Amino acid sequence: MGAPLIGARIQRKEDYRFLTGAGQYTDDVTLPGQTYGAFVRSPHAHAKIKSIDIAKAKAAKGVLAVYTGDDIAAAKLGGLPCGWLITDVNGQPMKEPPHPILAQGKVRYVGDQVALVVAETQAQARDAAELVDVDYEALPAVVDAVKARAKGAPALHDIAPDNTCYVWAIGDKAAVDAAFSKAAHVTKLELVNNRLIPNAIEPRAANGSFSRADDSYTLYVANQNPHVERLLMTAFVMGLPEHKVRVVAGDVGGGFGSKIYLYAEDVAVTWAAKQINRPVKWTADRSESYVSDAHGRDHQTVAELALDKDGKFLAMRVKTTANLGAYLSTFASCVPTILYATLLAGQYTTPLIHCEVTAVFTNTAPVDAYRGAGRPEATYVVERLVETAARELKLDPAEMRRRNFIRNFPYQTPVALLYDIGNYDATLDAAVKMADVAGYAARKAESARRGKLRGLGYAAYIEACGIAPSAVAGSLGARAGLFEAGEIRVHPTGSVTVFTGSHSHGQGHETTFAQVVADRLGMAIENVDIVHGDTSKILFGMGTYGSRSIAVGGTAIMKALDKIIAKGKKIAAHLMEAAETDIEYDRGVYTVKGTDKKKMFGEVAFAAYVPHNYPHDKLEPGLNENAFYDPSNFTFPAGTYVCEVEIDPDTGKTKIERFTAVDDFGKIINPMIVDGQVHGGLAQGIGQALTEGCQYDANGQLVTGSFMDYCIPRADDLPSFQVDTRETPCTHNPLGVKGCGEAGAIGSPAALMNAITDALGVKDLPMPATPQTVWRALQNRTAA
Amino acid sequence: MAVRISMKVNGKPASAEVEERTLLVTFLREALRLTGTHVGCDTAQCGACTVHLNGRAVKSCSMLAMQAEGGDILTIEGVAKADGTLHPMQAAFKEHHGLQCGFCTPGMVMNAIDFAKSNPHPSEQQIREALEGNLCRCTGYHNIVKAIAAGAKAMATAS
Repeated sequence: MGAPLIGARIQRKEDYRFLTGAGQYTDDVTLPGQTYGAFVRSPHAHAKIKSIDIAKAKAAKGVLAVYTGDDIAAAKLGGLPCGWLITDVNGQPMKEPPHPILAQGKVRYVGDQVALVVAETQAQARDAAELVDVDYEALPAVVDAVKARAKGAPALHDIAPDNTCYVWAIGDKAAVDAAFSKAAHVTKLELVNNRLIPNAIEPRAANGSFSRADDSYTLYVANQNPHVERLLMTAFVMGLPEHKVRVVAGDVGGGFGSKIYLYAEDVAVTWAAKQINRPVKWTADRSESYVSDAHGRDHQTVAELALDKDGKFLAMRVKTTANLGAYLSTFASCVPTILYATLLAGQYTTPLIHCEVTAVFTNTAPVDAYRGAGRPEATYVVERLVETAARELKLDPAEMRRRNFIRNFPYQTPVALLYDIGNYDATLDAAVKMADVAGYAARKAESARRGKLRGLGYAAYIEACGIAPSAVAGSLGARAGLFEAGEIRVHPTGSVTVFTGSHSHGQGHETTFAQVVADRLGMAIENVDIVHGDTSKILFGMGTYGSRSIAVGGTAIMKALDKIIAKGKKIAAHLMEAAETDIEYDRGVYTVKGTDKKKMFGEVAFAAYVPHNYPHDKLEPGLNENAFYDPSNFTFPAGTYVCEVEIDPDTGKTKIERFTAVDDFGKIINPMIVDGQVHGGLAQGIGQALTEGCQYDANGQLVTGSFMDYCIPRADDLPSFQVDTRETPCTHNPLGVKGCGEAGAIGSPAALMNAITDALGVKDLPMPATPQTVWRALQNRTAA
Repeated sequence: MAVRISMKVNGKPASAEVEERTLLVTFLREALRLTGTHVGCDTAQCGACTVHLNGRAVKSCSMLAMQAEGGDILTIEGVAKADGTLHPMQAAFKEHHGLQCGFCTPGMVMNAIDFAKSNPHPSEQQIREALEGNLCRCTGYHNIVKAIAAGAKAMATAS
């Protein structure tokens, strides 16, 4: 029995293969008889398809097949389903327009897939795709969600003539309005949460194959939840039994939400593989990813906070228009509602909150969950309001937050969530200290002497992770359960293979989960391997998103471990001729209470597989257990971020001088990995605030369609971060864990924009705060 | 038109018939099945395809395979020792958690090794500037910067 593994900075088990080029990402898989697919995509944001001439493409060198929407219709393939039903303010279901695998008579955004060309090589497929002649009749397009609801706006779908998917609301509007009418002070902001393009560095890819030998399909795909991919594809689109489809998501090069979904390309290559009886591989190039990956955010919001004269929050009123893009992506509908409005209490005791959300179709790529998914948008609303209110009331923003913190747990918010535990003073106080807020005034004066503008901003975020109690999710419209599954297979000589339904695409589960198991079993981490990402190996899984892996997937593994240890107890009792009730277990050692008798876990495992001396009358041989875990509540990571910027008024360039993040993720298994997750989240949040902004022109052409036009942060755009944690263990899972994957992206945009607006002395500024945006704001301020 | 190309890859002779338009990265990945070199973009921005040509880091998506004719190519598969021991730069990435999903990693390591050869004691700012052509979406670069500083130091000590 070695040193405890939980809480240790252990280097990652997966690194060797990634560092030596031995990773196996989807595009690295080439199967015998491999063919290649290329998609013909719409160059128009909105158009009727009058005709498609595939003759030239079909005759081109190496081409094996060309498929259009007619082939998909003839094959009776269903459209892509949406996994979450939102019921509107009138009790009506949201509008769910068909989302075809290949366009049926109409295209609705630039990049909408129109045809699939399959050829012997990728180059031949791409060449031939250029030869598919589509006769379009262009239609007027609309890209802005507010404009899409205006009278006379072009309608995308027959079933939603006003382009409205739903109008949804939460909270007691009458009570909120009454509180506002009596408030000593009201702070109001009109905020835009800019549209983002996820940009995992591995582009999406899918490689479908079919075996006539057993009438089964295999799909290799860059995806975050292979079982859900399979469930949606078989049950809702292809009408296949699940046991005939294997989905493999091996090494996946980043996801950030964009690889949660079932995409049309995944279905098309799988279906096509059977038609030509050869595997069909499609790999997006970056330009294709930009137009066809699900985008994130894109909210327009009017937000108001009512306060009393002492800065105590009385009520919040929020009205948001959310752009869903042209079609409903897999979880699009729950992001601006269930994952957004329920977080508007933040860390505060605001007693009354009302939020109304209007979700709108536009001629843009579908919008869905992107790192944080709804929670960054909520945090942006809450924390921009709070900081602005503090400035208006001339209160210290940290003090303003302290006056309103929730301190009694469990705490029922007015927007459905029940926070189990938290300690918001701890993270705020630590962040204030670590950021040296006390020395800020001197630094600001020093900047001013050099003609520079310095600003300081806070954000105290909360998120709901560990999605979700299935019954709660179901009552809110989820069409799936949200549990997780795990299996522990103990081998005869005591080493262990763990199968998890969680999926790692950078998070390091092969290490973190192995730490949990090896710690509990008192063995070296080398003796534990984690397997994920293959429906033929893993019993079931709901996948990885919403920072749920350790809280839900990790707990499923713990539950399976409980069963292993309990069975081992029975075996150990038999081996040591003691009563089962007298057997104690601690990290790999079974002892008989009050004696020096002991059996090591490895001996017990061996006895289970070589059961010569074994309680056969009471127990089956073998040591292999699985568990499903459905959480009883969400987890609530929270923390405070402090950002300090210096702005050059001549160029408008913002330099982040200090970025301090203090998070409470509950118990931490591997601090090295957790720090890395925070760094990455911060970079994406800072990207949103400083450099990233998806732009369509008025005709629906994507203007920011490459790394040259859409700026994800480079190394020299970012500072080194100061990160630390405080541990308030989650009360309802055995590890006390909360999840850490999204926090950085949730808290950082508000902290950064609070700092920039502070430096500039302006109330608001649109994201991204590029040098041009900042410079213009300064000119306007000077002019005013 | 197909052309025959020959070069040295990871110390061994390699040759194949390829279309003239074949990119170096496509030759490495498809003809030689060296899939550790990745393609993350189509505008020479992300650097996931970085390899060494005659000892210098190049983006293999931005040159034709024909242009490397007769050259000496090193890919990520050829960086560790023959017995599997990691190169000091690879070891530094592992030690400092300089990778998450691993997709940008081969290009990062190849660029970092070339950079460290001429910058044995780089400052943080020099490292950040040297990463201008390599994009990572997972790490926020924080630990990559630390890894390269440590890897450069280890390389300088070893040589």
